[in-house]
Amino acid sequence: MRKVAIAKIHELARRDPRVVFIGSDLGAGVLREMQAEMPERFFMEGVTEQAIIGMAAGLAMDGYVPYINTIATFLTRRCFEQLAVDVCMHHLPVRLIASGGGAVYAPLGPTHMALDDFALLRALPGMTIVAPCDAPEMGRAMDASLDVAGPMYVRIAKGGDPVVSRAEAGFALDRAIELEAPGEVLFVGTGVMTTRALDARTLLEARGIRCGVVHAHTVKPLDAATIAAAASGVRLVVTVEEHFRAGGLGSAVVEAFADLGMATPVMRLGFTDAYSYDFGSQDHVLRAAGLDAAAIAARVEAALEARAVPA
Amino acid sequence: MTALVPLDERSVALRERIVDALEGGRRGHVGASLSLVEILRTLYDDVLNVRPAEPRWPDRDRCILSKGHGCLTLYAVLADKGFFGADELRKQCTPGALLGGHPDTHVPGVEASTGALGHGLAIGVGFALAARLAGRASRTFVVMGDGEINEGSVWEAALTAAKHGLTSLTAIVDYNKLQSYGPVSDVLPLEPLAEKWRAFGFAVREVDGHDVDALRATFAALPFAAGKPNLIIAHTVKGRGVAEAEGNPLWHHKASVDAETIASLRAALAAN
Repeated sequence: MRKVAIAKIHELARRDPRVVFIGSDLGAGVLREMQAEMPERFFMEGVTEQAIIGMAAGLAMDGYVPYINTIATFLTRRCFEQLAVDVCMHHLPVRLIASGGGAVYAPLGPTHMALDDFALLRALPGMTIVAPCDAPEMGRAMDASLDVAGPMYVRIAKGGDPVVSRAEAGFALDRAIELEAPGEVLFVGTGVMTTRALDARTLLEARGIRCGVVHAHTVKPLDAATIAAAASGVRLVVTVEEHFRAGGLGSAVVEAFADLGMATPVMRLGFTDAYSYDFGSQDHVLRAAGLDAAAIAARVEAALEARAVPA
Repeated sequence: MTALVPLDERSVALRERIVDALEGGRRGHVGASLSLVEILRTLYDDVLNVRPAEPRWPDRDRCILSKGHGCLTLYAVLADKGFFGADELRKQCTPGALLGGHPDTHVPGVEASTGALGHGLAIGVGFALAARLAGRASRTFVVMGDGEINEGSVWEAALTAAKHGLTSLTAIVDYNKLQSYGPVSDVLPLEPLAEKWRAFGFAVREVDGHDVDALRATFAALPFAAGKPNLIIAHTVKGRGVAEAEGNPLWHHKASVDAETIASLRAALAAN
């Protein structure tokens, strides 16, 4: 998925002379071909996220579309004020291409785990937040990014993720995608957690519990209409995300339901309110958080049996 | 710095416009604005290639007031130049006004919204790189406060500007030696300041920031060196022009300014 995202930047730069790339001391050789082909639009800067965001804002104010790539936590936490003041207050077309979204960097500890990126960026007016579920969808999201008027954050997953998106479903930033028709339960997922939701659905269907799945690749602005329509008549909506339970997709869905006056129970599955010092793989950390398919299915089944939504 | 150069009529008149704006909103960063008058006056009178009737003219020079809290002076100068009507000054900080307590890009002539410190130099790096990419001759000027350059982001941007050899970029430090709490030398010492900027790759000059002729000569010498961004340390006096405010940290910001204070400010300016 990262390879697709990075290669797309080069492709978009060929297509549109406004596109420039800015990296923050990335791995050796990243986008070497772009650097050779258009060195004037390739910037490999230092470990200076604050300056990079300001510099990108200056370039964007003068007509360029900067694509910035570095590790997700450094692109959100470190330079948050620059994102707010330089980028969002001016509503500039700056692209934040964030490596290691969610628990990808679990072995490196909580400094590198981006479990708060949705929450931080959802608070910024005009920010678009996208978390593709697989590499082909990343390609479609990057294509869509070129003409977004304001700032946009694109969360990159680990890579090698199973392909569950379908080209024929199309891709529009304001449209969530219904992957499976709703039943007793509706899963709403984003990023690679949509894949876990699909797997949990398979397990539950085998036990006679019909489940739908909506893929909210765009967390902000949330396509509340599609989600609300799919949720009408279901017993339980289950949001699934690789993020703290606070402030992410689940919060966005609950807020949308409250605004719409919907009383449908919502179970928000995500990471609890604590930093993880469990240094296993991403899959290990997801399992430990009850976010693998088997655990998700079990939690949904238990919730349905209890006819209540656990806190 | 030797004895203060007396303020001429234009410098006094611009300070009177600052008092107009202060009278409107009854609040503002008075001291931080008064140290800045000759710097901005010289930039807009003698240096910047701008068109007040066409503020977004692509080939213009860009000037960012990174110490956004000095905006009363920027407003006074921009109004004087005709970017907007002088009647806006007296509405500053009132409901529905064009002019707020920090500058934003809704105001004609304001290049970047500022107020949080340490942002302008990095944006200026972006402006200078954009001009280079587009083949424009536009120059970029960034005015920072001495307290402002406490921010680490300034030094990140400085490293970046030097790396790219941005000779079209000029940063000016309004070195009034006083930050919000007290003397810069107590709160967070900056000396040796010129040597710091030189070590960061800038070509540096120092000037009396209230001496218009000296400022003109300094700006006329740009760029100072081949392949380097420029840094001007403008030695100034916080609160310059109002005896009570000069060098007085209590005048950094004033709220609930009453009519009596406004009258005393006008009287103090008249004494120049």
